[in-house]
Order: sequence, then structure tokens, then C-alpha cells
Amino acid sequence: MATVLEVEGIKKHFGGIAAVDGVSFTVEEGEILGIIGPNGCGKSTLFNCILGQLSPTAGSVKLDGADVTGMNPEDMNRRGVSRTFQLLQVFPELSVRENLILAGQEHQGTMLSRLFGARDAGLTAAADRMIGFFKLGHLADARAGGLSYGQQKLLDAAMAFMAGPRLVLLDEPAGGVNLTMLGDLKERLKAMNAEAGATFVVIEHNMDFVMSLCTRVIVMAEGKVLAVGTPAEVRANPAVIEAYLGH
Amino acid sequence: MNASRVDGVLVTLLLGVLILWFAPASMGRYGTYVLSLWIVTAVAVMGLNLTLGVAGLKSLAQAAFMGIGAYATALLTTKAGIGWFPAFMISGALCFVVGLFLGFPALRVKAHYLAFVTLAFSTLVWLVLRNEQWLTGGVFGLSNIPRPVIFGIKTDNALPFHRFVVVVTLALALILWWLLRSPWGRAFLALRENPVRAASLGINIRAYTLLAFAIGSAYAGFAGALYAPLVEFIDPSPFQLSASFFLLLMVVAGGSGYQLGPFVGALLGVVLPEWLRFTGGLYLIIFAGIVIALLIACPQGVLGLFERGWAAVKRRPMGANPPVKGAA
Repeated sequence: MATVLEVEGIKKHFGGIAAVDGVSFTVEEGEILGIIGPNGCGKSTLFNCILGQLSPTAGSVKLDGADVTGMNPEDMNRRGVSRTFQLLQVFPELSVRENLILAGQEHQGTMLSRLFGARDAGLTAAADRMIGFFKLGHLADARAGGLSYGQQKLLDAAMAFMAGPRLVLLDEPAGGVNLTMLGDLKERLKAMNAEAGATFVVIEHNMDFVMSLCTRVIVMAEGKVLAVGTPAEVRANPAVIEAYLGH
Repeated sequence: MNASRVDGVLVTLLLGVLILWFAPASMGRYGTYVLSLWIVTAVAVMGLNLTLGVAGLKSLAQAAFMGIGAYATALLTTKAGIGWFPAFMISGALCFVVGLFLGFPALRVKAHYLAFVTLAFSTLVWLVLRNEQWLTGGVFGLSNIPRPVIFGIKTDNALPFHRFVVVVTLALALILWWLLRSPWGRAFLALRENPVRAASLGINIRAYTLLAFAIGSAYAGFAGALYAPLVEFIDPSPFQLSASFFLLLMVVAGGSGYQLGPFVGALLGVVLPEWLRFTGGLYLIIFAGIVIALLIACPQGVLGLFERGWAAVKRRPMGANPPVKGAA
């Protein structure tokens, strides 16, 4: 298996505070890597440093062996890395289908062909496939802002997959999603992994969700990596129990 | 932005053209002039509606761009002897290019920074128009701006020129309608609603920000190119900073982001003061009162109010429950 992402010694300081303090890890093709850790341990900041929303104070990020440290989010996305954000980020005024088309449109053609070329260019069909896959069929034409929180979370995740990415970083996909919807989401993500060969990194607080979804888990505490291993190994690690799971 | 609403815009535009084509019949010269001025102003507001209402970029230079367009057209048609149509295209292109350059600051910091840059630009344009007498005629302005001749038909009189303005405006409105339905329109909207998320979806924030600003500015240039032959004499005063604020007000009052909003906004800004003329010196106070009341009652502007009203009407006969607050 090839290494998709290589993160080496990432540091991010805000003033005197080290939000991320020398984190290194790799992501192998086809795996589902979980990142857990208490609130404020630097998980989301780490994502932001990898994807260019923030530029890291030190360290490097390699995608398929090429250095992409500090590359802007648009270019990262066009290189096949997509993400979701911790807070819900769909476009409320657009319909479900339009949200998905928007998520795919910049990945084909040029600026000019997007204006003068065929308006659809297969995107509607791709969006409808994604809608079907995430079981949002009855909501395709509904305004995204009118959907329930859980449905919007599904749409948010679906948007991250629209352009057929190599690597998807999901920031708390299960946050605020009810139990039934949670099962749906996990099952859909697993199917994406199995059928489309998508590689994931998932930040999540919901332990059951992480432990049953991920093949490998990184535990972070205070900006550093505390432990890495399979869900079973991590559960049994005394340092992890001490810092995070210990209750 | 679903299919039925887009068609609504198109139908309204075409119906509007029919009405405006025949409306001046009983209006006399001045009435026709006000009607034309309304439509020309709406073109400038359309541009600002794209920049601000759709893409969310705050510009305070729309009247300055309109001035650039008006002076370019006036100079080209009087001094260079070029026909109106090429002058119109050049005016739009000039504003597009200037808009591209002026838009660069918008890429650094959003919102207020761009507003300040455009504010400074507005003042600069006004100073050039007033002080560079050799080119612009200074406070005396430029006069004897010819009205275009279309396929051998002169538009010197109020009515043919009005109809000419109606047709050009329809073409510009249709182009914008087409643009907003394209992937570009979707990207502009994404820019306004959530630029961080848009960037994470691969949307080229730089390119779309510049384009939204430049196209919006080009529309001000087109409006200026219509304005110059409409009034036949231009001086710097209608292109001052205060006029840019007024155009901004029209965007918001009409319904920011609504495709027909500019026509409603310009109606409030141009025609309403005429209707209030009978009140004598009170008209500005009444006008200000109406605008304040409107914006308090409905920050989404007149068309936002319509949409809310229409939604309520549609709900009632179905007997459906109103949406539960906080259900999401």
C-alpha cells in the first residue's frame, strides 16, 4: 500500500501557545485513520495546517511524495484532498443537488468552459448518484438550509466526496447527529471506503463511532501524539486511559 | 434558484419590456426622460447587485465607474467621432479592466478594506473629472453628446431613445440572468455565503472575486454609456461618492441578491422622488422615512417582503402548519 499523506513535525503556535506541537503521522492508501483527543488538543488546527487554511509554524506535509506544505486550500482540493469542517458548512440557499454540483464544478474544464461550455457536463448525474448513495433522494430539490441537522451533516460529507477525492479529512462528522442517522453515516462512509477506495482521516469524539469505523487511531493530547495503534491497542494503552478514556 | 423562480424572472423581464415600450405614450418628454433614467440607473444597480448582493463584496465606487463609462462614451462619440455601440463596448471593457485592478485589494482582506479602497477610488475619479479640464471639461463638463443612430433610425427624440434604452437594458439583464444561472453564478453565491468552505471545494476564490467585481463595474460602465446620451450633457456631480452610496441603498432597498431587485431599488431611488415632488421641500424627509421604514420592516428589501408574503399566501390554502421554529 502506498503512502498518501506524510505529515512531519507539524507545529502551529498562536502567540506563546503551541496548539500543535510537533505532530508526525502517515496515512496509507485505503485506510480509515481516526484522530481522537480531548477538546483543545489541536486536532482541528492540525487539519487546518494540512489543508492550508492555516500555515504551519514548522514541519512539512507531503501528498503522494510531493511537498504541499502551506499550499492554499483551493489547490489542495484540486489535487484530490477534500474535507468537512467541525461546524456545519453547507450552502443554505442552494438546493441539495446544487450544493453537490458546486462541490464538483471546479474539478472539470476551465473558467471559460464553465461559463460558455455545456452547463451540466455530467455533474447533475454525478450529484444524483451521490444523493442516492447518501440516501437523500427525497430531498434533492430541497433548500439545504431547511434540512435537519443530521441530513445537513450527510450532505456536508457527500460534498466532500463529490469530486472523487484521493483523501478526505472529516472533522467531527458525527457531532450532533442522532443515533439512527449516525448508523447511516458510518455505513455510508464504510461503503465509500470499500467501493470507491476513498482514504479517510476522521476527527471524532464519539468513541463507538471511531472504534467501529477506523482501522487505526491516533490519540492526541496537548498538541502532541500520545499513542498510535489499532482501536484495540489504543483502548488498552495506559497513557491513553490516563489522559482521555480513563473514566 | 429553482426552475420556476428563474422563469418568473424571465417572464417579468419580458412583460416589463412590453410595458416600458408603450408606457411613455401619454407621458410627455419629461415623464419619458424619468422613465429612461430609471432604467439606466437600474443597469448600474444590476452591476452592484452582482458585486454586493450576489458575491458579497462591498463597493463604494459604482457611481465612479458609471462616470468613467459616461465620460468615455461622451469623449469617444464627440471628440473621436466613434459610433455609440463601439463606445458602449469600450466603456464597459474599460470599467472591467479598471475593476480587475481595483479588485486586487479585495483578495487580501475582505469587506471593509475593499470598501475603503473603493471610497478612495471614488474620490480620485471625481477629482480627475473635475480638475483635468483638458480632457473632461472640468466643472463645465461635456456637452452635445449625440444620441445613437440605429440602422439608420435616429433616436434624438425622447421616445425612440427611451425604446432604445429599454432594448439595451433587456439585453444586459438577459446576459446577467444567464450568467447567474451558470456555474459562475453558483460560485459567486458561494463566495458570499461561505468563502472558506468554497475554497475547500476547489473554488478559485481569487478569480471569482475579481470577476464579480469587474463584471459589476462593467455594468456601471454600460450604464454610464447609456446615461451620457440620455442627458446629452455630463458634469462630475452625478458621479460623486454620495451617488455611489445612493446606488448601494437602491441595491439593499430593492432586495439584495434578487435579480429583479435593481429595478425596484432604482424605482425607489429615481421615480419615487419625482412622485413626491408635490410635497415641495418635504420630499427628501418623506423619502428618507419610507426607506428607513422599509429597511426596518424588511432588511431583505421590497422583493424580500414580496417573497415572504407570497410564501404566506401559498401556505394558507394548503392548511399546512407553519414551519416550527428551531426545528433544525
